[in-house]
Amino acid sequence: MPQNEYIERHRKLHGKRLDHEERTRKKAAREGHKQSENAQNLRGLRAKLYAKQRHSQKIQMRKAIKQHEERNVKGAPAENEPSNPIPSYLLDRANPTSAKALSSQIKSKRAEKAARFSVPIPKVKGISEEELFKVVKTGKKINKKGWKRVVTKPTFVGPDFTRRPVKYERFIRPMGLRYKKANVTHPTLNVTVQLPILGVKKNPSNPLYTQLGVLSKGTIIEVNVSDLGMVTASGKIAWGRYAQITNNPENDGCLNAVLLV
Amino acid sequence: MATVAPPPSKRQKREEIERTTVQQDVTPLLATDLGSFKANFIDGDGNQMADVIEINFADASEKNVSALLNTMMGRDREEFTPYRFRIHIPGKDVVVDQYPTDLLGLLKKHGVNNPFETTITLSAEPQAVFKVQAVSRMAHKISGHGQPILCCQFSPLSSSRLATGSGDNTARIWNVDTGTPEKTLSGHTGWVMSVNWRPDGQQIATCSMDKTVRIWDPATGKSISEFKGHAKWVLGLAWEPYHLWRDGTSRLVSCSKDGTARIWVVNTGRVEHVLSGHKSSITCVRWGGIGQIYTGSQDRTIRVWDSVKGTLVQSFTAHGHWINYIALSSDFALRTGYLDHSKEIPETEEAKRAKAKERFEKAVRINGKVAERFVSASDDFTMYLWDPTNNGNKPVARLLGHQNKVNQCTFSPDGTMIASAGWDNHTKLWNARDGKFLTTLRGHVGPVFQCAWSADSRLLVTGSRDCTLKVWNVLKGALARDLPGHEDEVYAVDWAPRDGAKVASGGKDKAVRTWMN
Repeated sequence: MPQNEYIERHRKLHGKRLDHEERTRKKAAREGHKQSENAQNLRGLRAKLYAKQRHSQKIQMRKAIKQHEERNVKGAPAENEPSNPIPSYLLDRANPTSAKALSSQIKSKRAEKAARFSVPIPKVKGISEEELFKVVKTGKKINKKGWKRVVTKPTFVGPDFTRRPVKYERFIRPMGLRYKKANVTHPTLNVTVQLPILGVKKNPSNPLYTQLGVLSKGTIIEVNVSDLGMVTASGKIAWGRYAQITNNPENDGCLNAVLLV
Repeated sequence: MATVAPPPSKRQKREEIERTTVQQDVTPLLATDLGSFKANFIDGDGNQMADVIEINFADASEKNVSALLNTMMGRDREEFTPYRFRIHIPGKDVVVDQYPTDLLGLLKKHGVNNPFETTITLSAEPQAVFKVQAVSRMAHKISGHGQPILCCQFSPLSSSRLATGSGDNTARIWNVDTGTPEKTLSGHTGWVMSVNWRPDGQQIATCSMDKTVRIWDPATGKSISEFKGHAKWVLGLAWEPYHLWRDGTSRLVSCSKDGTARIWVVNTGRVEHVLSGHKSSITCVRWGGIGQIYTGSQDRTIRVWDSVKGTLVQSFTAHGHWINYIALSSDFALRTGYLDHSKEIPETEEAKRAKAKERFEKAVRINGKVAERFVSASDDFTMYLWDPTNNGNKPVARLLGHQNKVNQCTFSPDGTMIASAGWDNHTKLWNARDGKFLTTLRGHVGPVFQCAWSADSRLLVTGSRDCTLKVWNVLKGALARDLPGHEDEVYAVDWAPRDGAKVASGGKDKAVRTWMN
């Protein structure tokens, strides 16, 4: 996996191969044959992985086809009855459940203002600085100094993060321990979606960890929920919501969180 | 102007000073000598009822004055009708609706210093002779429906039978005395939007989202007939008033989302007239007692049709948004036909017709003339009071005050007040004669969906989305009882019209609840 833009850089500097278009065209043409060859001839674990990948691809294809079909049909859209029985004076009106969304939005605003999160994991065992930081010595031979620290737990740095000049960098956050996405579960709808992280709001152990962006169990993070399509009662699309991390990402290698609604 | 007393002389002033130094309590001296005032009684139309009479302030409680008026009208003790008085302050244009405990204090507050000299006009409104107690407890919670209950109505014959319609495609009849289900009226294939008893209580009509109207026999629970013809969902129904039946059969008008209303002849099941003309869905239909059908629609107009010929008589365009509800001043009388609060039922068909007609005319008589009025509630936050016979195309009054859509409005059974329920959580009371605002009933925390009057017009029950019902004392303008108990939104409420000690409500939690005293 490319860790930097050297491929794009080469392309910008030297251009593409002369037969690039032809090669891509031919590769695309071979696609169907390749897929059927794989589907028929792969065995064992590779077959299972391939089948799973193919299945999700087919689902997407079917959805796209259905949408295209709907586009072609012209005519009055079928009048559908609302799903829940409502009396005649509530027909043809906006969904009454927006009232509940409004009340829950007001309640969450109040909870924020009081600076008290009623979170799923209220108490968390704190991480000591010894455990989090590993001392890295710098300097030559006699003049070795140990003021640099490396963070040993997963962190979040943000999309436009650039390191301080290496000489002055005090905290090193290794690239391998950086996370951009979290598996967020909606508590009431019971769906888990992978959502990009927007930022770390609060780490319960130490405000320093919040600044560094350390992701540990119980940390409140802000995630981008525009994929979920939540709309506030005033009609605005909700795109940032808080979630709390529920696992120990340094042990699992993935980041699980539950959305705070 | 009143003669001013001469200033006290030196001797009087000295005596006063002596009195204040010696005698601490001067006020009882004045209390016994409150004086009297002259009272002039007028009725609702402004005509004088009895001669001008002098009444002592000490004796002037509302009950005493009411008894006095009855005696002056020459009635026997048994025939006394309780009256409510509204005080017209002389010299000013102020009308006080609440009869105060301290009449003298009230007059002084309004600047009338010498009530003995002026005649005070009291307008008397007769109250119903019987008094309905406020319901205070939940008597039954009867489950049976599988989906939210959308409408409910008590039988006009007796308050022991209740019909409800629900989203599970059935209507059910409940025995309210025992709290058990009685009959299930199944046959519809769509939600039952409205359920209506015939004014003599012998049949039930239901309309549904499956575009049909069905007639049922409540005694057996079987469907008598099914009327097909509408192109879209049927939203509302109205029976023909009892005194207008022709050819030995009753008629029914149904309104639908397809913008037409159809008049069905119940016995034969065929359509007599199709009233088309509205450009959008018709939300509410009413059959008036003078043979006219009123329809209110989402195209912001109200149309009045002749029920015999099926032609358009008048069209009212004044609202700025959808019409949600139309209420007639004769609603209560037409709903119950010849059945009133006394236990007697006339013997012959002719006697029944005559009694129904007499009850209707008594409800709509203003100044001796039969004038059926109606009020329309709309999504544009206002209501209009119309009087087609007297005022033609122009509304009598515009009822402003709600801060959100008005969901429903109802006339009180005695025709003196209008109650309106709105999405701004308020219920407002208006004077039915001139459309003047009376008071707001605040208390709900969610949109008020429906309101229902008690048969004596003293109490009002409202059901709202906040899962509670509230009973209001309209004379005081205050909450009488709070009835929590529903687990979800309350969609329909009804107060038993004949022997009215029961309230029924149904909503999203699928169980019918009845409330009694």
